Amino acid sequence: MHMADALISPAVGGTMWAATAGSIAYCARKVNLEMDDRKVALMGVLGAFIFAVQMINFTIPATGSSGHLGGGMILAILLGPYAAFLVMSSVLTVQALFFADGGLLALGCNIFNMAFFPCFIAYPFIYKKIVGDSPTEKKIITGAVLSAVLGLQMGAFGVVLETVASGISELPFSTFVMLMQPIHLAIGIVEGVVTSAVVIFVWKARPEILQYAMNAKPLKGVLVRNVALGLLAAALVTGGALSWFASAHPDGLEWAIQGVTGSPELSEPEQGIHGNLAALQEKSAFMPDYGFKAGTEEPSEAAAEEAPEQWPAVDAGTSTAGLVGGLITLLVAACIGLLLRRRNLAT
Amino acid sequence: MTFLERNFLDIRNLDLMARGSSLVHRLDPRAKLLTTLIFIVTVVSMDKYTIAQLIPFALYPFALTALAGLPVGYFFKKILLVAPFAVLIGLFNPFLDRTILLHIGPLGISGGWISFASIMLRFTLTVGTALILIGITSFSGICLALERFKVPRVFVVQLLFLYRYIFVLLDEAGRMARARTLRSLDTTGPGIKTFGSMVGNLLLRATDRAERIHLAMLCRAFDGRIRLMSEPVIRAVDIFFILGWSALFLFLRCYNLSEIIGNSALEFL
Repeated sequence: MHMADALISPAVGGTMWAATAGSIAYCARKVNLEMDDRKVALMGVLGAFIFAVQMINFTIPATGSSGHLGGGMILAILLGPYAAFLVMSSVLTVQALFFADGGLLALGCNIFNMAFFPCFIAYPFIYKKIVGDSPTEKKIITGAVLSAVLGLQMGAFGVVLETVASGISELPFSTFVMLMQPIHLAIGIVEGVVTSAVVIFVWKARPEILQYAMNAKPLKGVLVRNVALGLLAAALVTGGALSWFASAHPDGLEWAIQGVTGSPELSEPEQGIHGNLAALQEKSAFMPDYGFKAGTEEPSEAAAEEAPEQWPAVDAGTSTAGLVGGLITLLVAACIGLLLRRRNLAT
Repeated sequence: MTFLERNFLDIRNLDLMARGSSLVHRLDPRAKLLTTLIFIVTVVSMDKYTIAQLIPFALYPFALTALAGLPVGYFFKKILLVAPFAVLIGLFNPFLDRTILLHIGPLGISGGWISFASIMLRFTLTVGTALILIGITSFSGICLALERFKVPRVFVVQLLFLYRYIFVLLDEAGRMARARTLRSLDTTGPGIKTFGSMVGNLLLRATDRAERIHLAMLCRAFDGRIRLMSEPVIRAVDIFFILGWSALFLFLRCYNLSEIIGNSALEFL
C-alpha cells in the first residue's frame, strides 16, 4: 500500500505533505501536553516493535500463505491516537528512507493513508465505541476486526484518490477501486484477527498496559479543522507554484510561434517546451518519418507546424533526437561520475 | 524472513556508508535534504510522457555517489528489489492508453508504453536519490536537519529512539522465531493464535525494556531532548551546493537538454 514518488504529481504530494505536517504538529503538541514522561521511551520502543513483528510471519488459515502485521491499529489501541500517529509516522519515515518503501514526496500520502485513518477515524469511532471502558474478549475481536477493515478500506481508497488525482497512471477510477478495495478487505480481516489476538494476550497478561490508551482525551473538532486548513493552504501554494511553472516558459521562440500560428493555447508548460522543440526540429529536419504523431493521421511535413496545438504534447518528430541526446547525456553523466570518483581516489 | 533480514542488514550497510568523510559527507545535512527534495519535486513535475528530458537528471545521483565514493551497483540492486509495486501499477498504462504516439520504422509505440517507461525512469531517479541521501547523510544527520527545520521535537526524538531500538528488538524477535521453528515440525510459520501470543510476549518484553530504558535515562538526566555531538553550521559551500543544483534542475526542467544535444549530434553527423 506504500505509494511511490514515480506515480504522484507534485500538487498531490505537496498537499498531502501539508496535511500530514499539520497533523504531526498537532499530535506533537497534544503528546507534549499530556506527557507522562514514560511515554517517550515507550513510543520509541513500540515503533521498533512494529519492525520486529514483521520478522515473524504467520500462516493465514485456509490459504497456507504467510502474512505479516501492518501495525497501525495495535499502536492506536496501546498508545492512544495521538502518540500512535507519531509512532506510525516515524515507522513510515524509516521505511521510506532505508527500504525505499514509498518515496519521500509520497511520504505525506503514505502517512495520511496508513496512520491518519486508523488512528483518527477507525480507532475513536469504531474500536473505542465497541470496546468501551470494560473490554471483553468478544468486544475486542469485533472492534479490532471492524476497525482494521475500515481503516484499510479508507487507506486503500486514499491511495486510489491520490493516484487518480495525480494522473500519471492511466488506471481509471472505477477499475482501480475494484482492484484495491477487495484485496484490502481480505488483508483487513486478517490484520484485524491478528491484532485482536495480540491485544487479548496483552489484556489478559497485563491489563494495565491498555490503560495508556484509555486516558487519551477525545477529539474536539480541532484536528479536523487544522487538517482542512492545511489542505486548503497547500492547495493554494501548490496551485501558485504550478501556475508559476506554467508561466515560466513563454520565451522568445514561443512568442514567435504564437505570432505565426495565432494559437492562444500555448501557456501549458509541455506545449511550451514542445513548441521550442518543434521549431528546433524544423531547423534540423531530421527524418520526419520517425516522429511522434499525436494519434491522428496527418502528413508529416505539416507535423512541425501543427504540432504545438495538439494534445497530448509529446515531442513531435524529435523523438529520435531525444533518444540519441538522452543516451549521450546519460553517458556524459556516467563519465562525469567516473572522473569524479577517480579524482576522489587519487586525493 | 530472509528478505526482511536482508533489508535490515541494509540499514547497517547504509549507515556504514554514511560514516565516510568525503566532501559531500561533510556538507550540512540540511543542504543535502533540501536539494534532494527539490530534485524529487522537479523530476516528478514532468509531463507523464517525458523520457528524454528526464535522463539528464541522472547527473545528480551519479555525481553524489561518485563524490562520496559509494558503490553504484548496490543502489541499482536495491532499486530492483522495490520495483515490483511501481511496475505493477505502471503496467496498466500500456493496456489502457493505446494511442500510437511514436513510429520507429514500421513499429508503432503507444502512449501507454511511453508513459510506462517514464514511470520507471522517475522511479529509478527518485528512489535511488532518496537512498543515496541516507548513504551520504546518516539517519541522525537527517533527524538533526529535521529538528533545525522546526519539525516538532517529540517527533524527532521519536525517530531517533525508534532507530536505536530497531536492532535490539529485531534480535529479540529473531531469537523468538528461531526458537519456535526449532521446536516445531512445520516450516510455514505459526498460526494466528501462536502468533498472537508470540507477538504479545514480544510486546510485553518491549514495554518492560522501555521502562528500564526510561529509568536509565532519568538517572542520566534526560530532559526530553537528544543531543548530538556535532552542531552543524551552514557554510558557503552548503549554500553553493543548494543554489547550484537547484539552478541546474530548473534549467533541465525548462529545456530539454537531451533534445538539444541529440540534435546537434545528428546535425554534426
